[in-house]
Parts: sequence; structure tokens; C-alpha cells
Amino acid sequence: MSVHRGRRAAGLACLAVTGLAVIASFGFLAVDFGGLFEAQARHRMASFVVEFFPPDVSPAFLRQVGFASLQTLAVSLLGTLIAAVAGGLLALPAAGRFGRLPKWAARSMLNGLRSVPELVWASLMVLAAGLGPFAGALALALHTTGVLGRLFAESLENASPVPETALRDLGAGPVARFLYGTLPLIAPQCLGYVLYRWEMNIRMATILGFVGAGGLGQMLYFHLSLFQQQQAATVLIAMTLLVLADDALSGRARRALSAQTH
Amino acid sequence: MSEAQALRPELRDPIARRRLAWAISAIVLLWPLGRLAEFHPAVLLDPANAGVMGNFVRGFLPPAADAEFLRELLQATLQTLAIATAGVALAFVIAVPLAILATRSLSIAALGPADGRWRGRVLRQGVRTVMVLARSIPEIVWALLFVRASGLGPAAGVLALAITYGGMLAKVYAEILEAADARPARALLQAGSGRIAALCFGLLPLAAEELVSYTVYRWECAIRAAVVMGFIGAGGLGQLVDQAIKGFVPGQVSSISLVFLALVMLAEAISFVLRKVLG
Repeated sequence: MSVHRGRRAAGLACLAVTGLAVIASFGFLAVDFGGLFEAQARHRMASFVVEFFPPDVSPAFLRQVGFASLQTLAVSLLGTLIAAVAGGLLALPAAGRFGRLPKWAARSMLNGLRSVPELVWASLMVLAAGLGPFAGALALALHTTGVLGRLFAESLENASPVPETALRDLGAGPVARFLYGTLPLIAPQCLGYVLYRWEMNIRMATILGFVGAGGLGQMLYFHLSLFQQQQAATVLIAMTLLVLADDALSGRARRALSAQTH
Repeated sequence: MSEAQALRPELRDPIARRRLAWAISAIVLLWPLGRLAEFHPAVLLDPANAGVMGNFVRGFLPPAADAEFLRELLQATLQTLAIATAGVALAFVIAVPLAILATRSLSIAALGPADGRWRGRVLRQGVRTVMVLARSIPEIVWALLFVRASGLGPAAGVLALAITYGGMLAKVYAEILEAADARPARALLQAGSGRIAALCFGLLPLAAEELVSYTVYRWECAIRAAVVMGFIGAGGLGQLVDQAIKGFVPGQVSSISLVFLALVMLAEAISFVLRKVLG
């Protein structure tokens, strides 16, 4: 009974702290939400929304949007592929295959790569590689390497050592042991992780352009900066369609993959 | 491969042809991909670019720590936390009614033949469509639109989070509620109780833990999102990083990155404690 009461008190305390945090947040930001809904602000907002219609559907512009969508897809795929390779290479030391020191070094590197958000990487890569989609692909690759490397390392550590021991007892070398003993065990899971990250990177690639890294994001930013709302509307529609298609397809791909492995 | 090996069938790769086909099709696919993404690794080694980047990286140490900058940093950190918290709070307010509307277990019409059956289904489908649309545009795009529409700073971030996370929370809340055993709620509905009572006494006791832990997880994500939204002018740490990169002050970039790392770890710790206490 007293355990129950203790839990209840803790729950209430959490609720109180959460409530205070929310009130403090609104207080700190001092947002004038009332002002947002005043006649003038409403009017401005409404006229801004109206400017988006009708979206620009001239064939020339649609071709541009189509190209930018393809570029966004290419950036996401390239970034994910580079990350899959780099993450795989870093996962081997991170799983402790080459001793303690490399393990520690690889893990810190993966943590560092992962903790910097893609958009920060992107604006750094714009410095390193210039404006354009390549900077976006590099930014995605850097962040995703951190994520995939850690996931791969975890799968490696959790894989059963039995096939590798058996191969070692037969006299196989370390490379053959890994390629034929462990890799087939973890490959489906790793492929699943790569697909999952690709799905997330497609969403991410659509917005990396905000800092000048190509694709749909760059177009949206550009047209909004020039107050060309009708063009921006077309880009927004393309973004939404891309994300919706991504959602639908990835769900299907994941089901197919899990049906295959189980 | 030597002649002798090639003749020994047990050493021949049984799927060599398939491997070759995969490799060729991969290269054929990768080529246009690289062209589209303007894949030119050489630009990284271009002396001009490499020099700029080298100087920048060298400037990371020592991290900037003068009093004025630290005060600015603290202000930005608090702002980021406040944007995330306020955004998730608003999202929660939006998500709860949507989730209740979308949950099939709380449908009275589903109990048996009733007039409202068709209407209920249309309503649920409508609510689901709204949720999908709110979610499918990334929060930073909403934020950009709000910034451009009204010149709002942090408020744009709060509203953007409220919309996307409202859609996301509503969808997942509805999924969690529908995954819970529907029989207690159904029994209450059949006995004549209202939907809210059926939710509070039939569904919530089963699903509360999962609902709380998902909300806390989303708050964690919101902190990251709040940082990122600063890049398009919605205040907080992101805006500070953006200024530091554009103004070429690498020491500040590294200080901000350290704070960001600490913030993410702090959020993970807090959500761990919250889940432990409430779970």
C-alpha cells in the first residue's frame, strides 16, 4: 500500500514539475499568442496563405521541380550509401574486434558524428565543398555514419559467435571467418537499418537545401525569399508527395523484408 | 584464379553470375545518382576549400568562453528548451482530442447496428487525413512559413512543433489506444457510460505507461528539432550556430556543439528518470 502511495506521490511530483516547466517555457518565450489572433495579424496571415494559390504548374517550372525532387532522392541515397560503407568500416573496431583502444576511439568518433544534427553538418559542409547537393550528401553521410556505425556494432556484438568459432577451428583466416561466419547472420538486420535510415534521410534531404545544400529545400527557400509564393506552393506539394510516397513505400518494404527474414 | 582451381567445382562460386549482375546494375544505377548529387570528392581537396575548412577546424580549439558569449549561450539554450517544451505542450493539447476522435475502440456506433456508424467512419477518416497532412510537412518547413508570414521568432518554432508533433502524437496515441485490450472500454460503453469515462477507466489504465513514455521521447526529439529550427530564424541554439558559422567564428561553433551534446544527454537522462518513475 505504501509502495502504491509512494508511486502516486512521485507521479504527482512529475506532473507538477511538468506543469511548472510548461508555464515557465511560455513565460520565458513571452509569446503574444493573443496578438497572433488579432484582426490585423489574422488578415496578414490570410493574405499570405492566399498568395500561394494557384500553385505554379507551368511545364517549365514542373520540370525544375521534378529535377530538384530527383536531386533530393539522389542526395539521400548517396548519403545513405556512403554512410553504410563508412559505418560498416567503423563498426568493426567499435564492436571491439581490434582491441580496447580502437574500440574506444571508434565509439567516440561515432558518438561525435551522431550528436551533430544534419543541418549543422550541412552548413559546415557548404564551407568545405561549396554550395550544392554534394554538401548535402556529405552532411547526411556524416550524421548517418554515426547512427549506422553504432547500430552495426550492436548487431555485431549480439551475433552468435558459433559460426566464427567453427570456421576458426577449420582453419579459416580472420577475413573469411567474418565474411562467411558473421556477415550472413547480421546482413538482413543491417540492411533493415540502412533502409530505415534512407527513409529518414529522404525527409531530411528535402530540408537540407535551406542552408544551400541543393534539392527541393533550396528551391523552397529561394522562392520564399523572393516572395514567389506560387512557385513555393508547387515545391511544397512536391515535398509532401515525396514524404507521403516515402512513408507508404518504406512501410511496404519493411514488411516484405521482415517477412523474408522471419 | 589458377587453372586447377577453376576446374574444381567445389571452389567455384555458385552464384558468381548473380553477384556480377548485381555489381553491374549497382554501378549503372550509381552513375546517374552521382551526377545528380554533383558528387565531386575532389572539391574537398581543392586548396581554396581545404584552406577555408582547415582554418575553421583549427579554430574549434579553444571553444569560445568569454562572459558575454556565455550569457548569450545560456539565453539561447533556455530558449531552445522553452521552444521544445511549449511546442510539445501545445501539440499535446492538439493531439488528445484528435486521438480520441480517431480511436475505434471508443466508437459507440461500432458496438452494434446504429444510425451513426457511417458518420463515425467518415469522421475518423477525416481526422486521420488531417493528422497525416500535419505530419507530412517537416516542422522546419512550417517554421519557415511562419517566420516568413509573420516575422515571428521563437513563436514560429513553437507553432511549427505544435502542428507536426500534434499530428504525430495523435497518430501514435490512437495506435497505442487501439492496441490496448478494447474489452473494458467496450463493456463500459455497453453499460451506458460516456466516451470520456470509457477512455479514463477502460483504456487509460492499460495504455498510460506507453503513452507517457512516447510523449517523453517526443519531447527529446523536440529539443533536437528546436535546435535545427533556429537555422531559419526561429531563435535558440540553431540561430546562434548559424550566426557563428556565417560569421566565421569557429570557437563559438565548438562551444555551442558542446552545449548541444550536453543538452541531448540531459534530455536522455530526464526521460530515463521520468519513464522509471511513471512506468
